[in-house]
Amino acid sequence: MSANPARRAFLALFLGAAAIAVPAQAETVQVTIDRLAYAPAEIEAKVGDEIEWINRDALVHTATVQGGAEVLLPAKKSGRLVLQEPGSFDYICRYHPNMKGHLIVRP
Amino acid sequence: MTIRLATAAAAIALLLGSNWALAADKPTDQQIAHIAYTAGVIDVEAAKQAIATSKNKTVVEFAESMVRDHESVNKQALDLVKKLNVAPEDNDTSKALSQAAETKREELAKLTGADFDRAYVENEIAYHKQVNGALETLLIPSAQNAELKSLLETGLKLFQGHQQHAEHVATELK
Ligand SMILES: [Cu+2]
Repeated sequence: MSANPARRAFLALFLGAAAIAVPAQAETVQVTIDRLAYAPAEIEAKVGDEIEWINRDALVHTATVQGGAEVLLPAKKSGRLVLQEPGSFDYICRYHPNMKGHLIVRP
Repeated sequence: MTIRLATAAAAIALLLGSNWALAADKPTDQQIAHIAYTAGVIDVEAAKQAIATSKNKTVVEFAESMVRDHESVNKQALDLVKKLNVAPEDNDTSKALSQAAETKREELAKLTGADFDRAYVENEIAYHKQVNGALETLLIPSAQNAELKSLLETGLKLFQGHQQHAEHVATELK
């Protein structure tokens, strides 16, 4: 009836390990595009998080990191990107390079 | 060819400058709507000429984005004038813009290959600069209706974006 100490030790070990192995909950960070501007223009997130750009314009935009990822954002649609590597990135719209955003990805 | 291009740009500047200067009275909202709409149509026409003529992927893609954006904004402009019940009114500035565009189109029609690509993109830079100047100094300050003003302000950001996009394409062509 009383708990088996060995079993308890095993459970503690197992759960402890699991708690370490499961990464912090990944989040979705939203950026809205309205009248050719990213808002907020600067965002911070961590590896594994997802950025969702919501394009409210009737224009096609992109979120393009120079020499890196590009997300196409059709008119009135949204696009997503899962962050893979830490760093500090400037991004622009390929079609309207005066649209500028900045992304800080923590490890 | 460079000299001819520069001359053409100067001619457009002179033509538009003088026309805008001549109209001592501020343009009305009806005239502003017509000018802005015409400026978009002209760029769509130029882009269609480029799509039909150019074999350069970057140039064609740029031209396609001009068609897409200007058609979208002009549709918004039409919806707005309908809603506001202001009939766009033809005027000397719109006429001068169309005439300069026609001259340019004929000039570009004589070119092919890389010569065409460079001339088209150079003209896109000059043209967007010209329209941006007009939007900033005359059209936006003159607009009376708040919604029209707001659409013109978005139009300015769009045209500035196109100018920078054209400048990127131009560096790729060098
Ligand atoms: Cu854009």
